[in-house]
Amino acid sequence: MPAETLTLDSVSVLLVWTAIAVYVLAFIAYAIDLARRSALAVDAKDQTERELVGAVRGYAGSSASGALDDLRAQEAAADDALNAAPAKRARLLWARIGTSLTVLGFLFHLAGTITRGIAGERVPWANMYEFAMTGTLLIIAVYLGVLFRYDLRFLGTFILGLVVVLLGGASMPAIYVEVVPLMDPLKSIWLVIHVFVASLSTALFALAFALSVLQLMQARREARVIAAASGPVGTGETVAAPKTGPGFLRTLPSADALESLAYRFAIIGFIFWTFTLIAGSIWANDAWGRYWGFDTKEVWTFVIWVLYAGYIHARATRGWRGSRSAWLSIIGFTAVIFNFTVVNMFFKGLHAYSGIS
Amino acid sequence: MSPSRSDSAVRPDSTGDPLRPSDHADSAADGDIQQPALGFVGWLRWGWRQLTSMRTALVLLLLLAIAAVPGSLVPQRGADPNGVTQYFVDNPDLAPILDNLQLFDVYASAWFSAIYILLFISLIGCVIPRTKHHWKALRARPPRTPARLSRLDVHRETVIALDGDADPDAAAAAAIALAEAELKKSGYRIERYDRGSRLTVSAERGYARETGNLVFHTALIGVLLAVGIGGGFTYTGQTVIVEGRTFVNTMLDYTSFNPGRFVDEERLTPFSMTLDSFDVTYITPGVAGAGQAGDFAANLTTQFPGEEPQQGVVRVNHPLEIAGDRVYLMGNGYAPTIVIRNDAGEVVFNESVPFLPQSSTMTSLGVVKVPDGMPEQLGLVGFFYPTAAPLDTGALTSSYPALVYPTLTLDVYQGDLGIDDGVPRSVYTLDTGTMTQLTGRGEGQGDSIQLRPGEWTDLPDGLGTIEFVDESTDDPAIEAGSEAAHAGNYGGSVKRFVSLSIHRDASAGWVLVFAVLALLGLLSALFVPRRRMWVAVTPRGDGLAIEYAGLARGEDPTLASAVDQFAQRHSDAVTAELSVR
Repeated sequence: MPAETLTLDSVSVLLVWTAIAVYVLAFIAYAIDLARRSALAVDAKDQTERELVGAVRGYAGSSASGALDDLRAQEAAADDALNAAPAKRARLLWARIGTSLTVLGFLFHLAGTITRGIAGERVPWANMYEFAMTGTLLIIAVYLGVLFRYDLRFLGTFILGLVVVLLGGASMPAIYVEVVPLMDPLKSIWLVIHVFVASLSTALFALAFALSVLQLMQARREARVIAAASGPVGTGETVAAPKTGPGFLRTLPSADALESLAYRFAIIGFIFWTFTLIAGSIWANDAWGRYWGFDTKEVWTFVIWVLYAGYIHARATRGWRGSRSAWLSIIGFTAVIFNFTVVNMFFKGLHAYSGIS
Repeated sequence: MSPSRSDSAVRPDSTGDPLRPSDHADSAADGDIQQPALGFVGWLRWGWRQLTSMRTALVLLLLLAIAAVPGSLVPQRGADPNGVTQYFVDNPDLAPILDNLQLFDVYASAWFSAIYILLFISLIGCVIPRTKHHWKALRARPPRTPARLSRLDVHRETVIALDGDADPDAAAAAAIALAEAELKKSGYRIERYDRGSRLTVSAERGYARETGNLVFHTALIGVLLAVGIGGGFTYTGQTVIVEGRTFVNTMLDYTSFNPGRFVDEERLTPFSMTLDSFDVTYITPGVAGAGQAGDFAANLTTQFPGEEPQQGVVRVNHPLEIAGDRVYLMGNGYAPTIVIRNDAGEVVFNESVPFLPQSSTMTSLGVVKVPDGMPEQLGLVGFFYPTAAPLDTGALTSSYPALVYPTLTLDVYQGDLGIDDGVPRSVYTLDTGTMTQLTGRGEGQGDSIQLRPGEWTDLPDGLGTIEFVDESTDDPAIEAGSEAAHAGNYGGSVKRFVSLSIHRDASAGWVLVFAVLALLGLLSALFVPRRRMWVAVTPRGDGLAIEYAGLARGEDPTLASAVDQFAQRHSDAVTAELSVR
């Protein structure tokens, strides 16, 4: 490695790799947190059961409706915890470590992004590598920002995992490109606005996606608990606990609460996405002489817009609220990722700014 | 996080509600149960109701998303016509089948159109009755206060003690007046409903939610109409101008022209444009991004008949506006000036020929057609390399896009150019099928012609001479290979051309207006909470019992905290007010 040429760009690369390493540690800490939540939930359940058995021995039938009550109580507590102010949150050691590491990684990441911007003398989101860098930075920023309002640390594993994959992938030699001056079509104020807002909505859709996935898992667990509770009660005093999925779900908010939150992120993301479409059209009208031409990227931006419009409609349609609409949120985000990766790299179109040759 | 689903059970009065499709999650579940015998009109009504239902709209939306995808997988005639041609070449069996399914014109296809037209009919069928209904709702008063507020989703109760000598009725009147004022200040529409000693105020806010919803959907219809109608008055045309040449805005000077249905091709705005010069900078070799072109600028002189000429510049992202037309810079390249003389020394061809760039280093392909003045028609096809460099194979390539070592190579064909039968042919392609090749590798006819600016050489078979004119000097050309034609700098030796696209788009402004309206409507429809609030004050013993209740109408995650805050503010105000007396 030629030590004499430590350019700003290589400093940026170093900072970004440091950020990735710290994010990996944060990911591990959050994963341990989820595992410990499972253990905590089981302990808590055993504790209550022991107490119950001690107190109401003989009422064999009560364990079924008891499971339902447990579920309701857990979820009510989790819903409250979701909305708890930062100072009043449960002191989950590993989640705190995870968040601290995320903040640390974010600072490296931010510094890496800024130095890249200075090295290029422009906004650091003008090719695929830079877009991934800024986009993931925004995902982390939105996640950390939202933590002030909601205790979403249970999403940490997902968010950090996603960011490590995207940022690490973008830093691979196949995608990484050196700083080069902007191509003429990108010299526009709309590069600043259109692309930034697009990455911001990607960040919001990512959060909505994660919440929708958890919503589906939680809904399945709730359904199983209810089914087990209403099913035939065993004759013995110990009813086998129904398989209800990962244990950490017991410490998470109800499917309803998760859905409601996912929806709120999705609609903010949708507003930004609508703006992205409009800003992109204005730019296209200046750069390419038409505001809309069904370029591949335009098509996928439109498809994503329609999918999330469908999601918002589904939330208001009887029979579609709940799990079905959650699937639309998941499909929508899959399309966002597809648009960013596959469409960028393999589809022919006018948005050929990935910088990869 | 207040689930508001249950409110239909306790909904006291639904007159103020937005009119929604019967399967909206917030409507009462009735439509699925009633199945009376249907006559013809009944079936029509049933069909209409199905079409305008939420479920249909949702299915159509998802279909629209799915139907849009193939257009990104298969090249489209609108966005990538060359890609379609290539696809036919690469997949001769599959392409006609896809073509029959209109997969090369997805966004104009019958099936894609059917989906979005149905979607918009469904939308219109939903929006019109809702608009009427909302118009009435905007004038309606807030509904009666329910007798038992405690049954509502959010309910708070507080008791404020009164001094022994205070008049409970007067205190209650003061408290309710404070509630009225406070609610009004927060943007609620209010109505008093008193019953005996129980004084109540009923308040409703958030009409902008439904207004925004209707504005959003109506604006989408506006976008569609603007695109559809405006498209008829829109035209785009392409042209190529070489430095020093002039374009006149008539059909004659366009290389291609796509008018909308209502465009009169004979009545385009009369103006002319002369390309004075074309600027471009290249990143110098040895740095990252070497050879990358930038700062394109076409410097034009524009003129209307009988007026003074004006200077204008077209840059990427900065089209030039001329009398409502917008001129875009779409491409650029080199246009070597070539002079061909016959064996008698008469000039039979003298033009700057645009060579189309084939790579980022501006290896460019061009065609010269000499229809007259030669024994047979002559066609030349070849490459121009701004910085020629030999490949390992011996062929040339261009290693840099600027004029460092410009070289022109041409192969000569003799025969019928195929331009006399009236069938339009591209000036950029030469159909050599019926022609005889006179020069070129592999033909045993002698090498290709190779020239640098300022050089001339003989054509094969004693046909005459060909000269590559050096535009940077007036010195006479020298014979190729005799000595270095040019001492050093070739800058400016070859003319540039630009390809311009001239557009008139009548719809863009309207589309933008409607799109912005849609965005504003969306903001209002998604973020303004529609809610009802009630305050009831009842004198009880030596105090006042004050009840606060809230009801969400649609998504309203902050209802509970809104009621809490209001209750806090109001009871504080009441306490303060009463203690002053």
